[in-house]
Amino acid sequence: MVQYNETRLDASFAALSDATRRGVLEQLSRADASITDLAGKFHMTLTGMKKHVGVLERAALVTTEKAGRVRTCRLGMGALEEEAAWIERHRQLWSARFDALDKIVEHLKSKEKADARRKTR
Amino acid sequence: MPEGKQGSPTAMNRTAVERKSDRELIVTRAFNAPAHIVFEAWSKPELFKRWWVPKSLGMSMLSCDMDVRTGGVYRFVFRHPAFEQPMAFFGTYREVTPHKRLVWTNEESDQGAVTTVTFEENAGKTLVTLHELYPTTAALDEALAGSAEGLPEQFAQLDELLAGRS
Repeated sequence: MVQYNETRLDASFAALSDATRRGVLEQLSRADASITDLAGKFHMTLTGMKKHVGVLERAALVTTEKAGRVRTCRLGMGALEEEAAWIERHRQLWSARFDALDKIVEHLKSKEKADARRKTR
Repeated sequence: MPEGKQGSPTAMNRTAVERKSDRELIVTRAFNAPAHIVFEAWSKPELFKRWWVPKSLGMSMLSCDMDVRTGGVYRFVFRHPAFEQPMAFFGTYREVTPHKRLVWTNEESDQGAVTTVTFEENAGKTLVTLHELYPTTAALDEALAGSAEGLPEQFAQLDELLAGRS
């Protein structure tokens, strides 16, 4: 199971408490984008968007890379790992439930088979 | 899980969870039995309460009232040793199509998901697909994070238990 650091999780939740930043992550989950692209999409100034990206970057939710005059943003490992960890915990809940359901289904099936045999006798 | 059970390849026992969109989660699992049997385990309270809260989670179901028909309501009451008061889950069955489809609401909070379960039978096996549609992206994030307000307390606890077991 993926272990994750609680401090970083706190930073993530703080970063995620803002609708624009959640929107940025959603956007980046579809495709990488430059700060200029993001500022345009969210109707913000470059400076405003740089601040949001900075918060996301510190929470490891986003990484940025500068090539020439363009700074490209993409989802950071933090975002990917946390999402994976959450999904995995959800999967464990359902897996435990469905394992228990599986036993009941097997029991019902053998009971139905036994009943059918009795009837044909 | 039952090991060495004939006719159930390992893939059968695999529970998959996928985030389909920003408001939807999908859980799938195949069962080695016809749909009417799997459906029975979802629609009869005396069977349902034996698996919905598996013993390994440390919780017990105090009561399980289910009126499984379109427009009918359900109410489950759980107890967990960490909480003094029992906790209730409740909602309405929006659609009940025997052996094929169940749709219910989760009305403990206004952030509850609408759950749709389909049963697809193929060659004596049944693929169960559980689809949760949350009212907002934040509600789904919170359900996954298992920590935020708006999420019934015991599921947060449940998540902790599960995380602690791994």
